[in-house]
Amino acid sequence: MSNQPFRVIGDGDKIPDAPVPDGLSEKDLIELYRWLVLLRTFDERAVALQRQGRIGTYALYWGEEGTQAGALYACDDADWVFPSYRQNAIGILRGVPAATVFAWWRGYGGTHGFWNPREHRVGPICVPIATHLPHAVGLAWAAKIRNDSIASLSWFGDGATSEGDFHEAMNFAAVLKVPTVFFCVNNQWAISTPITKQMATDNVAVKATAYGMPGVRVDGFDPIACWKVTRDALDRARAGDGPTLIEAYCYRLKAHGTADDPRLYRDESETERWVAREPVGQMAGFLTRLGVIDDDQIEKIKQEAKETIASSVKEMEAIEQPGREILFEHVYASGRPWTFDESLRELTGVERPPEVKPIGPQPGSSTGNVESDDA
Amino acid sequence: MPELTMVDALNKGLHQAMAADDRVVVLGEDVAKTGGVFRVTAGLLDAFGEDRVVDTPLAEAGIVGSAIGMAVYGLRPVVEIQFDVFVYPGFEQIVVHAARYAWRTQGQVPASIVVRIPYGGGVRAPELHSDSPEALFCHVPGLKVVCPTTPSDARDMLLAAIADPDPVIFMEPKRIYRAGRQEVSDDMPFPIGNGGVPSEVLTKARIAREGNDLAIITYGATVPLCLEAAERLARERGVESRIVDLRSLYPLDVDTITSSASECARALVVHEAPRTAGLGAEVSSLIHERVMLDLEAPVGRVTGFDVPFPQFANEDDYLPSVDRIVAGAGKVLDF
Repeated sequence: MSNQPFRVIGDGDKIPDAPVPDGLSEKDLIELYRWLVLLRTFDERAVALQRQGRIGTYALYWGEEGTQAGALYACDDADWVFPSYRQNAIGILRGVPAATVFAWWRGYGGTHGFWNPREHRVGPICVPIATHLPHAVGLAWAAKIRNDSIASLSWFGDGATSEGDFHEAMNFAAVLKVPTVFFCVNNQWAISTPITKQMATDNVAVKATAYGMPGVRVDGFDPIACWKVTRDALDRARAGDGPTLIEAYCYRLKAHGTADDPRLYRDESETERWVAREPVGQMAGFLTRLGVIDDDQIEKIKQEAKETIASSVKEMEAIEQPGREILFEHVYASGRPWTFDESLRELTGVERPPEVKPIGPQPGSSTGNVESDDA
Repeated sequence: MPELTMVDALNKGLHQAMAADDRVVVLGEDVAKTGGVFRVTAGLLDAFGEDRVVDTPLAEAGIVGSAIGMAVYGLRPVVEIQFDVFVYPGFEQIVVHAARYAWRTQGQVPASIVVRIPYGGGVRAPELHSDSPEALFCHVPGLKVVCPTTPSDARDMLLAAIADPDPVIFMEPKRIYRAGRQEVSDDMPFPIGNGGVPSEVLTKARIAREGNDLAIITYGATVPLCLEAAERLARERGVESRIVDLRSLYPLDVDTITSSASECARALVVHEAPRTAGLGAEVSSLIHERVMLDLEAPVGRVTGFDVPFPQFANEDDYLPSVDRIVAGAGKVLDF
């Protein structure tokens, strides 16, 4: 196992571009770029909405779009993916309305903020760290029992590798030869805790050895490289050879979330050193050098994404605060407990409090140079 | 009909569920080759193969978590937790995910799993093999929590729990696993795959003894003790106790609880778990809120104590005994 993260896209200067891996046509490359731009647009818009008090606290992923779109593009449509909150908008690439994801961050539940995982093969946004990894394992294990040739993929961060559920999921998957891919986005920061305080190993991928599965390092800022290593891991899974751990090495270019302020715990000049590697710009440069895209097309893709997201925001903002009865809906799939009716009666016997609004930016928070616009 | 212990009845239920529904899989530590440390899963491996009966690595979060993933895919996993205390590493998966999957997916994808937990003391076990954690689960919205007491109920309730689309915490009072035998029908109590209609055996309490002088509300391994105490109360004081075996710990069968308390005018709650914030507190509160004016005395409680479950040399001092139940009944009767 090479210690250097696998990379396809060069820097347009000293590091040359590697050939486009087999399996990606020009059409694919443009589509993948479109996905990156859509994710980026969603993220920037979400930060702006939070700053304007129009959604609640938001966990941003600016700079990690390549780890998300690249990995998802490698999946077959029938494969399942399980996001953490850092991949909160991944569903929009699988047909989940962006308005639904915005609504989730706006504090709406019900059908406004949740989706049906079976419809999109996208698990719910997982808030606790690493607890969705066993689900990805169990799901792919079930598919294996049923002789369905699908695989699953879960995303998580470097901090998640300290959790017991990471260990249990990795071990189960390896022992039972489950067709799943563990995609670790190593952005080197778990809120304020640097990777050196998270683990004593040199990198994440090396942990795979202890479980008896391959560990692969990839450049997390390179969407094409992310696609390639994920595709290889999925091929391996589908061939019956079990799971793979992928470490997408990158850097958290912004704050953990909109309530965070990285200036309190890290040297932001170090961050500046990495910003040039952000994946959306890199991908545009790569495709331009390849001659498969030009500035007009890039502008058009950006404009389309902007319009899509803007209309999703409108859709989200047209949602009215759900009625009080929503508290008691779908807690159980069968047999509504008698306590619910009693509770609802208690609730409807008093006047409803004024509508809850997002709080907006908190003093001392800073997400860095994400633009805010009112579109 | 064959006479079965609770272990045999549970085993029969698992065989029947797996035969009737190929989505049912059994996961746990030592459940396949050994048939479980209590032999509840004996014979399943031979009958249904290693894809559906799996000896997992030793990790409860992994077991419960992967069962949730299986349920999301459409299987019906039945998880065995080897002993009560061992469920704690899986607690987060149960609370954060199993209990909330239906809600988080708007009813589309409930985590249809059954978590079987042999629980409770009285079996002279080493430290940390004797807890009664049922109230922890009753406090978690989204879960159903049930506890059978008779072999026949054990079989029927397990089948109902597997058929139920919601996650069910299935508490098995291991002290009475082999305490008695009962005829258990070979017939299915209801059609499997009934579209998710909850069976009454999962929601209604059972009257284990008729009587009109004192309602004793209990579940699990203390039911036989209460029956014994009731015989003594009848003999010594001429008091006829009605024993309510709850079966469902969440949701509670409020109608049976309150009508029994109301008709008897005196009520006692008995359980093995610690007292504070236990099921007894909830049952007592329900009775006082609803039928206080029918009562001749405040509701009494005989329970375990608010202490760690003792080393087994002292476990009989901790566990509710017939003597303590009779004494507790006396306080309610003599109020």
